[in-house]
This record gives sequence, C-alpha cells and structure tokens, in this order.
Amino acid sequence: MRHDFLDRYSRLDSPIHRSSAAVKLVAAMALVVGTALLPPSGPIPLATISLLLIAVAVASRVPWWFLVRRILLLEPFVLGVAALALFGPGGWRLFLFLIAKSTVCLSTMVLLANTTPFSDLLRVLKSARVPSLLLTTMSLMYRYVFVLLDEAGRMKRARASRTFSRQRALAWQTTATVVSQLFIRSSERADRIWAAMCARGWR
Amino acid sequence: MHIPDGFLDAKTAVAAGVLAATGLGVALRHAQHHLPPRRVPLLGLAAAFVFAAQMINFPVAGGTSGHLVGAVLVAVLLGPSAAVVVMSAVLVVQCLMFADGGLSAIGANILNMGLLGGAGGWAIYHGVSRTVKGLFGQVLAATFAAWCSTVLAAVACAGELATSRTVSWSVALPAMAGIHMLIGVGEGLITALVLVAIARTRPELVQPDPAIEARQTYGAVVAYGVLIAAGLALFASPLASRWPDGLDRTAELLGFKERATAPILAAPIPEYEMPGVQGSALATSLAGVVGTLIVFVLAWWLARVLVPHRVRGEGRESDTTGQGP
Repeated sequence: MRHDFLDRYSRLDSPIHRSSAAVKLVAAMALVVGTALLPPSGPIPLATISLLLIAVAVASRVPWWFLVRRILLLEPFVLGVAALALFGPGGWRLFLFLIAKSTVCLSTMVLLANTTPFSDLLRVLKSARVPSLLLTTMSLMYRYVFVLLDEAGRMKRARASRTFSRQRALAWQTTATVVSQLFIRSSERADRIWAAMCARGWR
Repeated sequence: MHIPDGFLDAKTAVAAGVLAATGLGVALRHAQHHLPPRRVPLLGLAAAFVFAAQMINFPVAGGTSGHLVGAVLVAVLLGPSAAVVVMSAVLVVQCLMFADGGLSAIGANILNMGLLGGAGGWAIYHGVSRTVKGLFGQVLAATFAAWCSTVLAAVACAGELATSRTVSWSVALPAMAGIHMLIGVGEGLITALVLVAIARTRPELVQPDPAIEARQTYGAVVAYGVLIAAGLALFASPLASRWPDGLDRTAELLGFKERATAPILAAPIPEYEMPGVQGSALATSLAGVVGTLIVFVLAWWLARVLVPHRVRGEGRESDTTGQGP
C-alpha cells in the first residue's frame, strides 16, 4: 500500500539522484562528521554548510515541504537532548549552537536518504566489505518492513472493528496480542522465505 | 534514546564506535558459526518486526502513547547474538533511511541499544530465568530485564553525553535515568504481555531451542560481558564522581562565559549546580537501587497475574494439543 512516504523521492531523476551512491554517502559522512566536530563558534561555518545543503536540495528537485516536514518530524529528539545542555555550563549559547549543528547534520541525512535509494546504499556498504550477515539482515529488513507495516495496519483495523472497549488495560492487552501475532507471522514468513531461498539455490 | 548528530565529541564517538564494532563483530561471528542457516531470514524479518512494532502505539495517559523498543523481546526469542545483529541492523537502517539517530553517533547508539539493551538485557533475563523455572520465570525475567536494559541504556547515553561535555553529568543522569525508569516500566509491561501472548499461541517459539542451546559457546557471552563492563566503566563511572568536581566546573564556566551572555541567565546555574553535584549522583544511584527492587517485585506480581498457577509447567501439554489458529 502507501508506505512510500518513507523514501518516496529517493528514485527521482535529477543530477543529484544520478550521481553515484558511494560519492553521496562519503560526502554526507564527511559533512556530518565535520559539522558534528565543529567547536562552539560563530554562525558562519554552519550557515555556509546550510547554503550548500539548500543548493543540493534545490538541485535534487525533491519538494521542499517534504524535506522540511521530515526534518521537523525528527527535531523533537534534537530539542530533547539539547534541552539538557540548557542546565549545563554552556547555557543558552551552547543550547542554540547544538540545535543548529544537529539540525544541519539531520538535514544532510534527510537529503541523503531522499536522493539515494536504500538498495544503492546497501550496494555501497557491500563493496565496503560490511559483513554479509549484517547486509542480508538489512536488505531483508528493508524488503519486508513495508509488508509488515501493512500487515500490522490490517491487524490493527481488524482489532479496532471488533473490540469497542475504551478501557486502557484491555487496549494494552489487545495491542500486545497484535504485536505478538506480528512476530508469529514474521517468523512464519521467515520460514517460507528460507524455503524460497533454498529453492533458488541460496549458498 | 537515539542520540542525534552533533552531541558527541570525537573521543566519545570513537570510543563508543570501537566498543560497538567489536560487539557487533563478536555477534556476527557467533551468529555465523552457531545460528542454523534456516534462521538467517528470521534475523531480517525480526529486524523488520522490531521496526514495525515500534510504530504500534500503546495509549499511556492524556493522549500520549508509548511503544515497544524490543531489544529484550528479540533477545529472549532469538538469543543474545541475534539480538545484537537485529538491533544493529534496525539502528543502521533508521539512521540511513530516516535520519533517526546520528551517523556520527551510530556507534554510541549501537552500544546503548544493541549491546547494553540486547546482550545486557539477555544476560539479566538468562540469570533470572535460570533461577525461577517455567513460563512464570521467563515472564518475570523478561519484564525485569526489559526494565533494566532500558535504564542501563539511558545511563550509558547520559554518560556519553556527559563525557562529551555537551551536558553536565549531574543534569543528564537524573533526567535520563529518571525518565527511562518510567519508560522502562512500560517496556517491561509490553514485553511481558507480548511474550505471554506468543507463549499462548506458539509455545515452541518461547521455549529455548535445545539444538541451539547445546551449541551455544560461552566465549561470546564472556566477550559481551567484557565489552559491556568496558562501556559502563568508560561512560558511567562518573557515578563515582570522577567528572563533575566543583573547581573544574567553575573554571570552565568562567572561561566559557562571555560578557555577551547576560549574567541574569548564567548566575542561577552555578548556585543550582554546586551543592547538588555529589548529592544528586548519590541520590540517583540510591533511587536506582530502590527502583530496581520495586520493579522486581512488580515484575513478580505481573508474572503471577499473567501466568496463573494452572498454566505454569504445562508448556509441553499445550504444545501437543496445538491450540490456536
């Protein structure tokens, strides 16, 4: 169904989308690490990186509201951790600086995720000699996360149409049953996948 | 609990990254050698399950809701090495695809939620479920382990932030540990409910597979123990008041503060900080000990409620009758 909101724009056609995934991953890594290690200072370095990111975002033709929404969605986590810094030795200045720094990194990663299909990133990781078991796990996860989200949605709908209680304890119990069923179905699906993998001569 | 980018300094990120990479390496090696090949797809599906389950909300109060983290649940169902691999895969995908959790903080996040949450949680589960037998013991152990692993991960997270000097230890520890002692109760409750529901329909999934158990080597377990101990020693030992000493703090405050920042803002902070430094760490650890005992008793009570006497020890019987859809 419609779970493409997760990386809907990662398969557009633009100069950014066409450039190699390895280059984008390494560039994003360098940018994130460089920004993260920036010592507390004036706004100029951060503003320069932001301008660069905005230029890339415009060139990528991903709708700006989509990017902004994705960034805002994750901003509460940044604010939560940064709020702890308010009480520390840094005070307001460090707080603002941390938020700015973290938001720049966040934007970089959102931009990377929405200009590069995840399967391409996996291919880069494979050529970077990431252990195959981890890669298999990640690619199966990416393949089936949408299937399981659909499955969870269907079970949730079925449960909502059958149980009418507003009692919280019951809600927890029924929701836990949905989660447990999701695991059982995942493990059954894993068995079928294993049979299919064997049938196709895996290993 | 995902640490975003920009909050860790180089030494913390690298140290956590080395520990996480070693732990993940041990887990991958162990899984490769001891996991039956037919269970390989289960790792991917379990990772997808964790991700999907994290999207299912449990109503808490006043419109807020919580969700399962799942490290201990996966560890109970699949074993410690598989749990570390699964949680690491989840964290990497969350970081690369959704920008949830920083790229430069991925090591710290894997250390906190994969190693401490998964392998650490499993160790607690294993210890308790060996002393208290049956499904009752398993539910009790899983509930308790889920709470412990949540708090443990939060403490390590606070320690990493404090070691990076982005936040001060005396603020980070009570805030992170306090909040996650509450969140952990929810995590324990959900883990228990899900585990009991799985045991009711498919008891064999909850029973440890003797074929795997026999091949279990303890080398991996020892390695996890060493890594977890190293992680806690590195990041959580300011508990013993190594970090926040008053003089250092004052010097830093005076050195860092510029005239531009109004003294109105800066002044209340030292007053608030100084007397509380030793006290708050002590009080937090004391609260931690008391909280742990209370949670253990609560877990016992919950397991008693969820696993009534007649069901206890009947795991095999319901297995043969094959109830459920």
